[in-house]
Amino acid sequence: MVNAKTNLKGRAVYVVDGGRTPFLRAMGPPGPFRASDLAVQAGRHLLARQPIEANAIDEVILGCVSSGPDEANIARLVALRLGCGEQVPAWTVQRNCASAMQSIDCAATNIAIGRSDLVLAGGTEAMSHHPVLLNEQMVTWLAGWNKARTAMERMRQLGKLRPPYFQPIIALLRGLTDPVVGLSMGQTAEELAWKFNISREEMDSYAAQSHHRLAAAQKAGHLSEIEPLYAPDGTLHSADEGLRADTTIEKLGQLKPFFDRTVGKVTAGNSSQITDGAALVLLASSTAVRKYKLPVLGRIVDCQWAGLNPAYMGLGPLHAMAPLLQRHGLSVADIDYWEMNEAFAAQILACLKAWTESDYCRDQLHQEQPFDPISMDRLNVDGGAISIGHPVGTSGTRIVLHLLKVLEREGARRGIASLCIGGGQGGAMLVERQEER
Amino acid sequence: MNKHWRIEQDKDGIIWLHFNQADSSANVLTVEALDELNRQLGEIEQANPAGVVFCSDKPSGFIAGADVKAFSRITETEEAEQQIRQAHAIFDRIEQLKCPTVAMIHGFCLGGGTELALACRYRVCRDDPGTRIGLPEVRLGIFPGFGGTVRSTRLIGHLPALNIMLSGRALSGSAARRLGVVDMSVPERQLKAAARHLLSTKPKPHQPTWLQQLPGNGLLRPLVGRFLKKQVAKQANPAHYPAPYALIRHWTKHANHPKAMYNSEAAEVAKLISSDTAQNLIRIFLLQDQLKAQGRKSDFKATHVHVIGGGIMGGDIAAWCALQGMQVTLQDRAPEFLSQAMGRADGLFKKKLKKPLLVRDALDRLMPDCKATGVPKADVVIEAIFENTQAKQQLYAQLEPRLKKGALLCTNTSSIPLEVLNSTLKDPARLVGLHFFNPVAKMQLVEIVSAANTDPNAAQQAAAFAKQIGRLPLPVKSSPGFLVNRILMPYLLEAIVLLDSGVSGSAIDKAATDFGMPMGPVELADTVGLDICLAVADKLAESLPVNVPERLRTMVSEGKLGRKSGQGFYLYSKGEAQKAAVTEGATVLPALAERMIIRMLNEAIACLREGIVPDADLLDAGVVFGTGFAPFRGGPIHYVKSEGKEKMQPRIQTLKSDMDAGWADIFEH
Repeated sequence: MVNAKTNLKGRAVYVVDGGRTPFLRAMGPPGPFRASDLAVQAGRHLLARQPIEANAIDEVILGCVSSGPDEANIARLVALRLGCGEQVPAWTVQRNCASAMQSIDCAATNIAIGRSDLVLAGGTEAMSHHPVLLNEQMVTWLAGWNKARTAMERMRQLGKLRPPYFQPIIALLRGLTDPVVGLSMGQTAEELAWKFNISREEMDSYAAQSHHRLAAAQKAGHLSEIEPLYAPDGTLHSADEGLRADTTIEKLGQLKPFFDRTVGKVTAGNSSQITDGAALVLLASSTAVRKYKLPVLGRIVDCQWAGLNPAYMGLGPLHAMAPLLQRHGLSVADIDYWEMNEAFAAQILACLKAWTESDYCRDQLHQEQPFDPISMDRLNVDGGAISIGHPVGTSGTRIVLHLLKVLEREGARRGIASLCIGGGQGGAMLVERQEER
Repeated sequence: MNKHWRIEQDKDGIIWLHFNQADSSANVLTVEALDELNRQLGEIEQANPAGVVFCSDKPSGFIAGADVKAFSRITETEEAEQQIRQAHAIFDRIEQLKCPTVAMIHGFCLGGGTELALACRYRVCRDDPGTRIGLPEVRLGIFPGFGGTVRSTRLIGHLPALNIMLSGRALSGSAARRLGVVDMSVPERQLKAAARHLLSTKPKPHQPTWLQQLPGNGLLRPLVGRFLKKQVAKQANPAHYPAPYALIRHWTKHANHPKAMYNSEAAEVAKLISSDTAQNLIRIFLLQDQLKAQGRKSDFKATHVHVIGGGIMGGDIAAWCALQGMQVTLQDRAPEFLSQAMGRADGLFKKKLKKPLLVRDALDRLMPDCKATGVPKADVVIEAIFENTQAKQQLYAQLEPRLKKGALLCTNTSSIPLEVLNSTLKDPARLVGLHFFNPVAKMQLVEIVSAANTDPNAAQQAAAFAKQIGRLPLPVKSSPGFLVNRILMPYLLEAIVLLDSGVSGSAIDKAATDFGMPMGPVELADTVGLDICLAVADKLAESLPVNVPERLRTMVSEGKLGRKSGQGFYLYSKGEAQKAAVTEGATVLPALAERMIIRMLNEAIACLREGIVPDADLLDAGVVFGTGFAPFRGGPIHYVKSEGKEKMQPRIQTLKSDMDAGWADIFEH
């Protein structure tokens, strides 16, 4: 099947199946799993239930923003640990928060153009294991120490040691700060809250809803893609740990602003949670689907990437979604369900406002008419990164997979998953459940 | 002419002496191989080479040791002593070569093999996990006799050498390097280069430090000897295992005097080797091969094992299989039932594999699988759920249509007859009993249970699988208790009868350990779990004349289940049984042991008569490896036979008449 309208030109790309780990809270000491451990635990269940052996896969592509020092090209490490065999190539992609949507895009492209028939794609991130680095002064001092030969030289070098040298660099925090405009991600959300006049109450209300939706989804068993994690010490992690089922606007209202201290509005409570987790999907061409009699969850129809001012990175999804809809001649009403990664409540709310604002649509999205509003009943119906967590290199695959699960559950057809990307980008993916082979 | 050794001289003038024993998968220092080596040494002396490298052409390893099979035929002390002196002369000839010599070691290097390597000036070994270097002679009831006691103490110092010889443990390449046993431990790609390097640079051979030499001082030796004796006494009863004590005596008397030490080695080892203890231990060692041979009747090979039941047995079987390199899926009803098994597996892997990367790989091979996704891909499916016929049959009904063609279906049941379990299968012939013992990682024996309608081919495949995962398969007929539990149970129940009659648990246990059992029956019952003992006893009572003591039932209903519940016949604090002091004297204890052991012997003979196992040797092997029955006594049937009719008959008379049946035929065999 060839779709002339798509960016993904060539053969059809099917999603066979997918799975993810529960997302584990990552503030504090390094968690029980490294990024590769997470991906292996998510992937081995996915592969075990397929009618194929792991070595039938053509390639493995994983997103990961920051792997551990022993995990260079983490996708290859994961492929080997999953038993895909020495002959299956693997590569790692990085597009910040959209790394795991990028991996699906790469996999889909390779299937569409005929390079691969069966690709394991996804993302993994152990944010609790992100490195802590020595600062430059300390590195300079250590270089001097290594040069010092005699006791006298060493004494002199010791004398040069100053307390600030011990100030570590937390790579996680640096990574969440825009290197061009110098704003932290939370500050870009403050920027949007100011520009679109979003109140603290609106944000907290959105955050509370995210938790309540996740709690309802857990209760209803709507998160079947989660495979429990077994820690080496025998501890079982079977559900997303970020959930605060009993949270309320009042409780969230008590939290202090975190990024713009004292007078800001963005708090830890109305931001996505720093977590560890992995998500994987198996993508296949129709040839592979037929050859191995694989089940089909849905189809990757198209993918769009876009750039914008890094200070407003939160609006990225709009810049990717607009051309996607336009290219396929679709209106908002044609999309049954939406997943938009909840980086910040302020950012989601700003997106929803800008989407229907004629000024923003005309000036920034080059639309003559503003878009119809996206119904809250169709958006992030089972919660999002505020309650579930946002392991940066993983979320892209989580939302694409969950969107397909929602479409399957509701007997619906089309969905769009989108994310904002630190550094001023947006990504959106159009998926469909329509089983033509 | 040259059957086993091959000389190859390279352009540098180095002679590579390849040991490649004819008609054998491993190199063994038989009399014939030693004679040929002796002749080759004559040629080497003539050739005046730049150096000699001793190496093995066998993939399995360097040299597995002396010829243990021949040991079992030695009855005369003089014959043994003469053979030892001959080996001394040959190894001395190696030591006296004018050129430098290197032993190039890979894989197994044990006993006589290590002693040959010690006669070389240098040793290099491969640093992979396959390398095992050791002097395990004490495990066969002797000690190193080919100069090993002299050369090991001289090379690495007295205490490290004695530690290796007394424990019989094998060293990894890196451990051997740390102790100085080998000069270099290198990857395979550098092995030959390392040998050449030593021959060309001729460094000063390794020497123990001053401190390591100190205990050999004549004034200190008696003290050190006494200390060592105390240490060994914690592990081995001198009445049962004389070899380590003989080694300590030999060392205390002669250390640092090579000539006297060689002489004493020849005399002492010859004496030990012809003793009953050594002959019985050698017998058990060789019986191990007979069990392994049961696993060679089929070339079945598994790569994926699916285990159902995440309890202690199921979880530990799964972990063991993963440790042995299998791809394993472990199924239970919900993740909560699997997390503990995963925790225990991690502990096992860390203990056995040590290296983090190997531990990680083993954990990756073991997948918790609540959705039973592993079933259609598994070569072996092992059911290890609770002992309930209906539940098991229901499970098989779900499994059978999903099994891969040719997959083995096994059950770990310990009490339900196989013919009952397989009755609801479409193909009843395919179900085989694969009965592991607790703790799985320690107990080597696995009973391979067949009912009358079991496919013999499936049973052989199950035995091959057991061997593949490094366990010893014992084919048994499906009958209550199979072999091991059936023999063990009357002994345990007799112990409870004794308890009821007022004898203390600690006295009963001491009586049994004095006989040579590794653990007394009261503590064993507590360790196995009283609920499990009761279940097995009840099952046995259905078809055999077994009286289940009321006390056992009461204790189980009160929740006193043994070690796991903190109280059974003993109270447990921090996992240790709180035992009272034994007040019974030296005359009472043997009588207690007699009452319990006779029950066991009686049952063993009954099993043999009923053909539960193919023959007496396999029965002995099963009971020794399954129950720990005093190995130095060679197994229950061997014990009865070696005691003889005259001694055994009156011992039986004093007990109940229901035991008499069958005693006669054992002496007819």
